[in-house]
Amino acid sequence: MLDFPTWRKAFLWGIAVFGMLLSLPSLFSLANLDWPDQLPDPVVNLGLDLAGGSHILLEAERDEVAAMRLEDLEESVRNAMRRAEPRIRIGDVSTADGQLSFLLDDVADVDRARAEIEDIMNGTGPVREWDLQVVDGQRFVLTQTAAGLDNAVDAAMEGALRTVGIRIDGLGTREPTILRQGDTRIVVQVPGLQDPEQLKELLGKTAKLEFKLVERQASAEEVARGFVAGGEVYPYAEGEGFPNGVVVQRIGGIDGETLTGAQQNFDAQTNEPVVSITFNPDGGRRFARMTTQYTGRQFAIILDDEVISAPVMRDPIQNGQSQISGGFTVESANNLAIQLRSGALPVDLSVVEERTVGPDLGADSIKSGMIAIVIGTLLVMGLMILTYGRFGIFATMALVINVLMLLGIMAALNMTLTLPGIAGFVLTIGAAVDANVLINERIREERKRGRRVIAAVENGYKEASRAIYDANITNFIAGVLLFSFGSGPIKGFAVVLVVGLFTSVFTALPLTRMWVAGWLRKTRPSDINL
Amino acid sequence: MKLLKLVPDDTNIKFLKWRIPFFVVSILLIAASWALVATKGLNYGVDFAGGLEVRATFTERSEAPVAQLRDDVEGLGYGSPVVQRFGEDNQVSIRVRLPDEIAADKDAAQAAANAVVDELQGNYPDFRLDGNDNVSGKVSGEFRKDAVFALVAAMLAVALYIWIRFEWQFGVGALFALFHDVSLTLGMFALFQLEFSLQIIAAILAIIGYSLNDTIVVYDRIRENLKKYRKMPVPELLDLSVNETLARTVMTSLTLLVALLPLLLVGPASLFGLTAAITLGLFVGTYSSVYMASPLLIWMGVNSDSFVPEETIADKQERIARGEV
Repeated sequence: MLDFPTWRKAFLWGIAVFGMLLSLPSLFSLANLDWPDQLPDPVVNLGLDLAGGSHILLEAERDEVAAMRLEDLEESVRNAMRRAEPRIRIGDVSTADGQLSFLLDDVADVDRARAEIEDIMNGTGPVREWDLQVVDGQRFVLTQTAAGLDNAVDAAMEGALRTVGIRIDGLGTREPTILRQGDTRIVVQVPGLQDPEQLKELLGKTAKLEFKLVERQASAEEVARGFVAGGEVYPYAEGEGFPNGVVVQRIGGIDGETLTGAQQNFDAQTNEPVVSITFNPDGGRRFARMTTQYTGRQFAIILDDEVISAPVMRDPIQNGQSQISGGFTVESANNLAIQLRSGALPVDLSVVEERTVGPDLGADSIKSGMIAIVIGTLLVMGLMILTYGRFGIFATMALVINVLMLLGIMAALNMTLTLPGIAGFVLTIGAAVDANVLINERIREERKRGRRVIAAVENGYKEASRAIYDANITNFIAGVLLFSFGSGPIKGFAVVLVVGLFTSVFTALPLTRMWVAGWLRKTRPSDINL
Repeated sequence: MKLLKLVPDDTNIKFLKWRIPFFVVSILLIAASWALVATKGLNYGVDFAGGLEVRATFTERSEAPVAQLRDDVEGLGYGSPVVQRFGEDNQVSIRVRLPDEIAADKDAAQAAANAVVDELQGNYPDFRLDGNDNVSGKVSGEFRKDAVFALVAAMLAVALYIWIRFEWQFGVGALFALFHDVSLTLGMFALFQLEFSLQIIAAILAIIGYSLNDTIVVYDRIRENLKKYRKMPVPELLDLSVNETLARTVMTSLTLLVALLPLLLVGPASLFGLTAAITLGLFVGTYSSVYMASPLLIWMGVNSDSFVPEETIADKQERIARGEV
């Protein structure tokens, strides 16, 4: 018991001091003090519930990806059949139930049609993406395979993740976290964001931009039906012009993929906010050709399948630049510019969970939480010293080191402290004290049974350790499971609990034992006040 | 310095004398808790029920206009909201459970969330938005599933560990004690219709952790005494073990209580539910270690042979068979 080699003392103190040093930057930053730049500064991350900010969970629908794929396939098939020599005539095309099916006009075309479709499918990679069936000799049915859809969803989500990243960068906020979660979700966390509405607005739009030539005004029925022969029908977003929507040419046109830049700007004449856009050389050439050919006609600027404006092209535009107007505010024009710069989202994302905490409330929570932790710690220390005297002092020293080490390790491992984490802190204080209570009560018992001081202390540590380890291991198991399966607050709580188990066992057992041994060796008391 | 002694030396309280009535009462309480959960149901917060919650401070007044807020939000046509004081008198939490058809449509649910905030911001110039939770029906369903799974998995895993470290009876006893704690906490939340959220799940887990500590400390002593006093009748031995660890139990409960009280009294309002649940669990957990986890050992036939190596028991049975004992 009394034999404590110097290397062991150095080792224990080393860990304790190192752990405490790690907590310093966090303490400085929590108190809003400057930490010297030259020193390393692992600071404990504050969760959004403490720091203020927005957490948004976006979700894409698999069904929607499936539908888009089906649409693309339909277009490829139509094109292929049209381009075949001689043309293969098809009819009764439908994309219901996740299948593309169509009827050959002429049964004799079966083999040629099959060859065309094989061609389309050969370009799609190693996984078989579609299953082809020919029913009754002339109806072709293409069904998407699960693996093919998985691939498509995965690709769409990766693209969406990139686009979301670019859009949030465009906001210029600090340290956002953007993570893919599961198959179809993206978590976005932006600390300190004041206005979550703008964030939602920015992420909730696909921003698919198209320029198409206007044929004529559509009737209300045509908009409702969404289909006219030879053209496409789009509703008009708002404002004057085409109250019922417009019919535009199905082919031709330019899409947002050819943009290289987009900026919020002001119209030179009207001074209203607009978005100026720049095309890449290819898009610029096509835009010039289109505006030259159709000078005097109206172009529909279509965003996410709604016409936002339909200006008349008075002059050919040769410089590859244009501007979009449409009743914007400065903010909405800026949002659109960011969305256009990031490119369209490959799939629609909708917000399925949103949590925002105002920065004031977060700051209040930290302050009152910290005050509660300090008062709680002081009360616990007082109680320990009153009950166990000198042994209580050792326990309280261990407690302080425990709290600091816990904070330090969380900072070093880049973990996040949340509001429930504060409750976890308090519980850890309880667990750490419990270990010393067990030991001290045991030493009392051993003394009562008549053991001499040193033997009683030694036995106390030995006998109590068993229960302490068992209790902490069971809690560790529970904590790890919580962290793996829990969400949000449960995770935040579990993090502190698990790290706290290690620091509390370390400080309550070897550390106090070292101090007790040192004191016993020095004073060799014949009795202890316990 | 004279040190404080919370528990006198050599207590000899006959805890287990009342084990049968207490156990019956506990079983009834467990049954009542589940009956309450089944009939009254839990007052799910937005985490588990979906919908939206807006937290706000009215910076220019000392008291939030609760009744008026209720009318304002009700006027939007999403049904009647729950408006509650939250922390200070001028702080409120407004919870709206959206009608099913709106909750099911993600975009409509978003629009509803924006409408509520816009309405209040428009009506009250001193409205300061402190926070805003908005959980779709699909996600809240997943939260419910995950929470139940995390709870059950954690309970089973610790029971398994205790089985391995002690004996199977101890694993079952601990599991049952945990079941008791979780049931009573749920019952309490159903009875008083307190808001049940993800945070409360974290609280229940804290209770499980604390109750386990208690159970293990008592079990460890029982194991030790079983080896030490081979001839002592089991109920008496359990009483002895509980009495021997009583000082520790009281002291630990008290320290945890003094650590929790400041959090309850001056801590952040948003932590009140969590800390209140943990404080409640402190008492429930301590009780269950004594009156659920221990008597079960008697009834499951734990005795002085429990911690003797297998061969020795076999030898003994052989000797019994040969008529030597």
